Amino acid sequence: MELRGRTHKFGDDVNTDYIISGKYKFKTLDMKELAKHVMEDLDPEFAKKVQPGDFVVAGRNFGCGSSREQAPLALLNAGVSAVLASSFARIFYRNAINTGLAVVECDTSGIESGDELLVDLEKGLLRNLTREKEIAIKPIPPFMLKVLADGGLVAHFRKYGTFNLG
Amino acid sequence: MGKTIAEKILSKKSGQDAYANDLVVATVDFRMGQDGTSPLAIRSFEDMGGERVSNPETSAFVIDHSAPSPLEGVSALHKLMREFARKYKMILYDVGEGVCHQLMPEKGHVGPGSLVIGADSHTCTYGALNAFATGVGSTDLAAALISGKMWFKVPETVKFICHGRLPFGVYSKDLILYLIGQVTADGATYKAAEYTGEAIQALSVDARFTISNMAIEMGAKAGLMEADEKVWEWVRRHGNGSFEQVTSDPDARYAQVLEYDVSSLEPQVAKPHRVDNVSPIGEVAGTPIQQAVLGTCTNGRLEDLRIAASILKGRKVHPGVRFIVAPASRRVFLDAMEEGIIQELVRAGAAVVTPGCGPCVGTHNGIPSDGENVISTANRNFKGRMANNKAFIYLASPATVAASALAGVISDPREFLPKEVS
Ligand code: SF4
Repeated sequence: MELRGRTHKFGDDVNTDYIISGKYKFKTLDMKELAKHVMEDLDPEFAKKVQPGDFVVAGRNFGCGSSREQAPLALLNAGVSAVLASSFARIFYRNAINTGLAVVECDTSGIESGDELLVDLEKGLLRNLTREKEIAIKPIPPFMLKVLADGGLVAHFRKYGTFNLG
Repeated sequence: MGKTIAEKILSKKSGQDAYANDLVVATVDFRMGQDGTSPLAIRSFEDMGGERVSNPETSAFVIDHSAPSPLEGVSALHKLMREFARKYKMILYDVGEGVCHQLMPEKGHVGPGSLVIGADSHTCTYGALNAFATGVGSTDLAAALISGKMWFKVPETVKFICHGRLPFGVYSKDLILYLIGQVTADGATYKAAEYTGEAIQALSVDARFTISNMAIEMGAKAGLMEADEKVWEWVRRHGNGSFEQVTSDPDARYAQVLEYDVSSLEPQVAKPHRVDNVSPIGEVAGTPIQQAVLGTCTNGRLEDLRIAASILKGRKVHPGVRFIVAPASRRVFLDAMEEGIIQELVRAGAAVVTPGCGPCVGTHNGIPSDGENVISTANRNFKGRMANNKAFIYLASPATVAASALAGVISDPREFLPKEVS
């Protein structure tokens, strides 16, 4: 699964309230509607700027806070194809895989907003095309890669009817 | 090789001899979703082609986050939950029953050694009862409703040993805020926390819930404690389930063992906008507040209301402060009425709202205005948490919140507490 996109950089501890505020998420199941407010408290222009396929890049502890799956779904529906962070909060990481949003754990300090990146999770590859640099990534366990490749846990369950670790 | 509590519970429930970092699929004892996460779980359930809920008698939906509904859109989602629960014969706790994390233990659904998932991040609360309980997303919940199972990466464990005894006016909330300040908001990410030591053993079960509740605020997957006589007494009082406690082995391997002496701890406050931005009370005392909140799954239990009432009894909340009280459950509400606590709080000026999440997550019940300061017993103070990103949230114990409501500025509760209550 090869992904290529431009980056939008954020800082450490981007919590789920910043990704999508609780005041929106309880109102609707319309993810396109939620996507209009994604990252609003950190960058009010983000939803307008983001292009399909773009990456969100952040520092430590991305997605900390609530268990709201609306967080990865709002990012996906805004067009974001992957989040790269130096570390993730665990529920967000789970939810991202389950909803089919690629998550990449790596040293993000050398990536700047606007850089163009190429990611291949199966091969464990990340390349900063703008800066012509390879970046090492933390491998995703095979089961999670499988769920991601299936397009998320819903698709995985539709395919197997249960968890298929094999 | 010895095992931690997390390794033991996940081994037992998966039938695998599992250690940290193994991936297991385990049978879950109880599944829970609330009104912010269940509607999406229902959608995932349907998209997955779910035809039945595998264990409806051990699966519950709780309507607590926006309860009663403040908006038409929310009402539609509540209705969806009610209809789904009825159709698949699941347990439903409707408006007014209370916060999910109070109800799960209180209704006897969780006990020592249980494996529980909840589509809410503070599911870790039940770790205080020696249960491996962890927050998951909506799609995870859907998968667990269909299969009765869940996948887990067995976490490493960080052990917190708390020596000594909390001094007068200092509570379990102060202790957990202090620990989060020490290890930071991602100090235990991907890991389980075990809390032990005589300072923990001395706490009531109500007080222990506060600590396990906030394990997620240090990034932890679970906030585990051992079951002692107090836990068993609590569990017996709230249900009749059969449970089997789990202890960690002396030679279990830990990612880290951290020791603290809590004997001279002071009341702590988490300042805006981070839970790990913690100071002793002295550094923030005097900060004006416009709203005070007593309640939530962190500190809305009987003991919490009792402590606040001991400060507010016969006094009046500062005229510049809105004092909102949300009992954690109907049972807590009733018990507090019977003790006369609610009457004292209301006489002091409290606005008591429906048992449930109250204003914690900004769905209703007290959204602050621009530039306002709120002091709350909740567990999160992120910017925008209470639906206004121009408000400032401070987190503290029920005693500190009550003292601050009285004075109109953040205040040290030790100046207000009657000497026999500590
Ligand atoms: S009280 Fe607050 S933290 Fe607890 S479950 Fe409700 S919204 Fe979440």
